[in-house]
Amino acid sequence: MSAKVSGVESDSDAGYALPPPRLSRQVVLPRVAVGLVILVLASLPLFLAPYPIGLAGRILAFALLVVSVDLLTGVTGMPTLGQVAYFGAGAYTAGLVGIHVTDNAVVQLAMGTVVAALVALVTGAVAVRTSGIVFLMVTLAIGELAHQLVDSWALVGASNGLAGIPAITVLPGGEPLLLAGFLYWWVLAVFLLGMLVAWLVVASPLGRSMKGVRDGEQRLRALGQQTYPVKLLAYVVAGALAGAAGTAWAAQTRFVSPGDLGFDIAAFALLSVVLGGAGTLWGPVIGAAVVILVRDWLASYVDGRGALMLGLLFVIAVYTLPRGIAGARLPQRWRTGRRAR
Amino acid sequence: MLSWLDANTASLLNGLALAAVLFLIAVGLSLVFGTMNVLNLAHGAVSLTGAYVGVALLGGQPTMGNFLVAVLIAAAIGVLLGGVLAAMTSVVDDHLRQALLTLGIALIAGDLLREIFGADVESVPAPIGLDGTISVMGNPYPVYRLAIIVVSAVVAGLLYLVLERTRIGAIVRATVADRAMVEAIGIRTSLVLGGVFGAGAALAAVGGLLAAPVLGAQPGLDDTVLLLALVVVVIGGLGSLRGALVGALLVGQVQTLGVVMFSEYASFLLFGAMALVLLIRPRGLLPARTAVHT
Repeated sequence: MSAKVSGVESDSDAGYALPPPRLSRQVVLPRVAVGLVILVLASLPLFLAPYPIGLAGRILAFALLVVSVDLLTGVTGMPTLGQVAYFGAGAYTAGLVGIHVTDNAVVQLAMGTVVAALVALVTGAVAVRTSGIVFLMVTLAIGELAHQLVDSWALVGASNGLAGIPAITVLPGGEPLLLAGFLYWWVLAVFLLGMLVAWLVVASPLGRSMKGVRDGEQRLRALGQQTYPVKLLAYVVAGALAGAAGTAWAAQTRFVSPGDLGFDIAAFALLSVVLGGAGTLWGPVIGAAVVILVRDWLASYVDGRGALMLGLLFVIAVYTLPRGIAGARLPQRWRTGRRAR
Repeated sequence: MLSWLDANTASLLNGLALAAVLFLIAVGLSLVFGTMNVLNLAHGAVSLTGAYVGVALLGGQPTMGNFLVAVLIAAAIGVLLGGVLAAMTSVVDDHLRQALLTLGIALIAGDLLREIFGADVESVPAPIGLDGTISVMGNPYPVYRLAIIVVSAVVAGLLYLVLERTRIGAIVRATVADRAMVEAIGIRTSLVLGGVFGAGAALAAVGGLLAAPVLGAQPGLDDTVLLLALVVVVIGGLGSLRGALVGALLVGQVQTLGVVMFSEYASFLLFGAMALVLLIRPRGLLPARTAVHT
């Protein structure tokens, strides 16, 4: 749980060990890596066909949901199965705004994020009073209740799902984004924005308090800091990020169904965090990509045995990657300066 | 009151029968968490395996003897699966990685069961002698469901006696309370824990088989059963026998009587009830007294 190997954390931690002006390798290398990854992600539409691009967009939206789960599970130490509720709040809000108000994606993103944050505030106010397994089960209840709600609510299409969402536009009065590549760029923009917010939160004083709750909540209390506001704020931020992910999902698939809030999605989101390496931000993103690729892409080559492949992946990962993908041991020379902790 | 009782007798009894099955399945999940501190998400898959034992062995009109043999085989397979799960989870210490491992096993098991038995709903007949109906307050009611209630009550009583009144039970309780101390007086706690895991899985498999004539057997039932069992143990209190019983009774009635009485809100009742209980009593209604959780 306390795997501290992420590029994000070594950035902020390195600030203590090194004089700030010197741009050492462990400061520069992660930044170059992040820049390269963004470049590769942005250039995907230039050489991928529409279907893989759609898959890549779905991975990004799901990955942002997984990052929101990680903010609670990995960073704050509160394992959750409830983020699908806020993902759904964002997706359904974006869809409803798209159908009834405007097809402007920026408005949909803002509305979806705000609604998800508000829902997270109301439900989180009670949920974060608990912790550990009980918190996990309370959030499971929240996710399942949200699932049942949209499954029976005629206004949002009930079990048929919300269909007929128009294609999004980005600029007011602009052309609808119908091409898979343009749509993907919008999803990528939402993803990068969400990652930036997550990174800023983790590096902020709030992020330090969140890690404090994870590593020793009693100790934090003994030092005179109230932990309830920290946990609630973390919960609202995570809810907002899940909501943003939901709007990106709705923009891409143009169809939202109760299945998007199902127990299996909640479980896969949590397991992606564990698989990728809880507590880091980039690990869970890779975990999410692996889970979706195995379930949707690899499964089509092995006669639809997605569940079997995922099961094998999870079992093998538990024994071979005790700290998740992010904690995998790299060769010594790649890890310069990271052993000092 | 009497007319209400008359109108709802069937629902009440259905609730008791569901509670009986849920107790058999959930008590293993609860005890394994209490003793081994393992959250076993493959528990639903073990239970579904038990149901498919019935599908494989019982067709047409099974006699009571056939049915008992199937129960014994399901129990044996349960013990085996429990032993394997105990061995696999023993090296994994935190709950999240246990969840990753056991859900992975559940996914594999679910896929294999679907491969062997197909994706259709399979039914299992009740044994001859229990397949009829009996008049309860003037209305016909299936005998088999009453039999499940009786069997489950007997199992609950036996479990209580074993855990509270025998040497083995004392060792299990002591292992929950202080594992190192039990180890120090010369008892292999890994065997104790493996035994509890095996017994819990056997109960889950038998529960799945006993439930099969009512619920059938189909892919996806493992998830449903797992969720219901999780709700039962969380409402009742993890690691406690009486908690599992109370939780099962509550969930059984919520899922049957509650659904009849508040049909509009049927789908919200189960998880609404769980959220309510947890917010009032975070450790469940009857948490284990001796369990030491960190």
